[in-house]
Amino acid sequence: MIFAGTFYLATLLLVVGLVYKIFDYSRTPAPLKIPTTPAPTTQKGVVYRMAKEVVLFESLFKSNKWIWVFGWLFHFGMLLVLIRHLRYFITPIPEWLVFIQPFGKYASIMMVVGLLGLLARRFVVDRVRYISTPSDYVMLVLLIGIGITGMLTTFVVHTDIVALKQFFMGLMFFDLQPVPQDPIILAHLAMVALLMVIFPISKLLHAPGLFFSPTRNQADNPREHRHVAAWAARLDQNN
Amino acid sequence: MAAAEFDIPEIKESIEIPKLREGVMSHAKSFLAPKPVQDYMGYPHELGEDWKERAIDKMGDLLGKYRSLKVFLDACVHCGACTDKCHYYLGTSDPKNMPVARQDLMRQVYRRYFTTAGKLFPKLVGAKDLTKEVLDDWYSYYHQCSECRRCSVFCPYGIDTAEITMAGREILNHVGMGQKYSNEILGKVQKIGNNLGLPGPALEDTLIGLEEDIEADTGVPVKMPIDVQGAEVLLVTPSADFFSEPHVESLIGYAKVFHAAGISWTLSSHASEAGNFGLFNGNYETMRKVAMRIRDAALELGVKRIVVGECGHAWRVAYSFWNTLTGLGYGGNDPFSIELQKQLDHNYPQPQHICELTNDLIKSGKIKVDPSQNDDLVVTYHDSCNVARASRMGDMPGGQFIIPRELIKSVANNFHNMADDTIYESTFCCGGGGGLLTDDLMEVRVKGALPRATALNAVVQEYQVNFMATICAICKAQFTKVLPKYGFDMSMVGGVHQLVGKAIQLEAVEKTDSAE
Repeated sequence: MIFAGTFYLATLLLVVGLVYKIFDYSRTPAPLKIPTTPAPTTQKGVVYRMAKEVVLFESLFKSNKWIWVFGWLFHFGMLLVLIRHLRYFITPIPEWLVFIQPFGKYASIMMVVGLLGLLARRFVVDRVRYISTPSDYVMLVLLIGIGITGMLTTFVVHTDIVALKQFFMGLMFFDLQPVPQDPIILAHLAMVALLMVIFPISKLLHAPGLFFSPTRNQADNPREHRHVAAWAARLDQNN
Repeated sequence: MAAAEFDIPEIKESIEIPKLREGVMSHAKSFLAPKPVQDYMGYPHELGEDWKERAIDKMGDLLGKYRSLKVFLDACVHCGACTDKCHYYLGTSDPKNMPVARQDLMRQVYRRYFTTAGKLFPKLVGAKDLTKEVLDDWYSYYHQCSECRRCSVFCPYGIDTAEITMAGREILNHVGMGQKYSNEILGKVQKIGNNLGLPGPALEDTLIGLEEDIEADTGVPVKMPIDVQGAEVLLVTPSADFFSEPHVESLIGYAKVFHAAGISWTLSSHASEAGNFGLFNGNYETMRKVAMRIRDAALELGVKRIVVGECGHAWRVAYSFWNTLTGLGYGGNDPFSIELQKQLDHNYPQPQHICELTNDLIKSGKIKVDPSQNDDLVVTYHDSCNVARASRMGDMPGGQFIIPRELIKSVANNFHNMADDTIYESTFCCGGGGGLLTDDLMEVRVKGALPRATALNAVVQEYQVNFMATICAICKAQFTKVLPKYGFDMSMVGGVHQLVGKAIQLEAVEKTDSAE
């Protein structure tokens, strides 16, 4: 019951927090054209630029190959792992999800290796050590904890996966079922809930933030199109 | 504090990432703006009792007006990608000159006063109260950023430290800590018409003197018209072009281009300045007021085209912001924009960069050039930061790199690029941009020029380069001052139109020009 309550609360905070943040970003105007150039001149081009940022981490690749390798391993490992986890929320399990199962399982290794690399950089590189705050370490440790407990239940001490699925299906359909009393899975779930809660109030906002970044999401067409924010347009009327 | 002693860094074989040396640049403090300067700008000139509230209020105001600021303060994950990208860090090794650390000076305060996590667990997330020490750090390190945007190229979220620096300076202005250099200039440009404070009659004298010089030199009566009603082109150029060396050589180059092409043109005494320091201080209204001079001059003189001379940040403001700020451009459908648009010649981009104009004229054969006139030179090209990363030329993304190089290669036979990671979008700032071109920041300027000096040195050694062309008044002034400290001759630096001016053939169209 405690876990059920925790997950309802964590989901609520995650959704409300993220919706609020996205609303807040979208209502805040970008009064000037500030794409980092060279930039695409059309909206279509912007979608392509953004896609390269989201999928390939293009700017990071230009910047630093180590951060890029670790960051990309972590994020795409995690993506596969998350997709694999859909099997705990969908019945019956569709074929593609069955197909992805082994990839999702071993992607956890990618994820944890990436995270360990990122954590090591915080200790090893003096510049990164200087800029790291306690929360930067905590967040990495938390993700590594989630990854390792998850891997333990998958590869080492198998948990009662059927009961776990019943628990989550129960949550989704408001028909509460007991959570399996296995310390590793409980630790895994508790850490995930914590991550969900801190997502909208932390640097994890880089995920939605990227889509709102004016240096990346603006088209380079200021000579052809007049771009004026509402608060700035009022200045024109005083002339 | 003036003329403090400091060591000139040594140029190495390649650009090296230094080990951190904490606090080594915390003493760098640009002079504070005195009362009359701040009064004119409508800012206080000293910290009042309520400075902290004023600062937080202003920050809140800016967070509501600029999505860039809000997103950038939230999104950073401290990955470290930017830490070795800033020329001031590379030149000084002070960790607060790493872009992320410079941002964190503001981010720590943002977290403390504007985020849940920072209100509840300040230590955990690196949030800090706004204290006088923090404010002093802001003043020091927000005047060790030239707003060149190099960091934003490499950030996975496109976080642009320039946006944070601009906001920081705006807040500092609002609590009474304005910078003397920039704010004085903003006063002069609004009161007199240009950043140098050169009044109309003095400007006319200078131009007449230059006309005489050109005629004595070439035998051709090339004119430098000012305030000519009904001219086709209004040329807006940095005021340094009127009397600084090597800037003036480019002005002579523009005049020869217009003459040779038979285009009627004029300068404006009211808008005798392309530069707009409003950009550096992050105040939209100031930037707009300064930009409005150009619109007013264009309307008053009835010109059909507006062309901008060699100035980096001015081109950013002109290309990226003039349409927004003053309706100078296309696509506006409000009465304010239409008034100007209907006067403009829609066959040309508005505003147009002088390099776009000259390059088109050469390519279409409307003006003739003889590149062998520059055979004594081995040329390289310094991409100015604002042109490279905050604007464009021509129709294609990246035209801002291609067009100036095409132009140089058409007027000079020997050209070599500097290393790839120091040009194009990765170009290093000259070290004097963004309102730092003042003697009280000489240490910052000299050290910040180290990466560029290193890249230049490499092509000097390898190709015997003896001329670095650039299209920015600040770059020119900065390099002629600081490159000699690294052992280079100051005459190595000059404008692209300095080369054009030497190579251009004036005689060919001499007879037709007065008919235009």
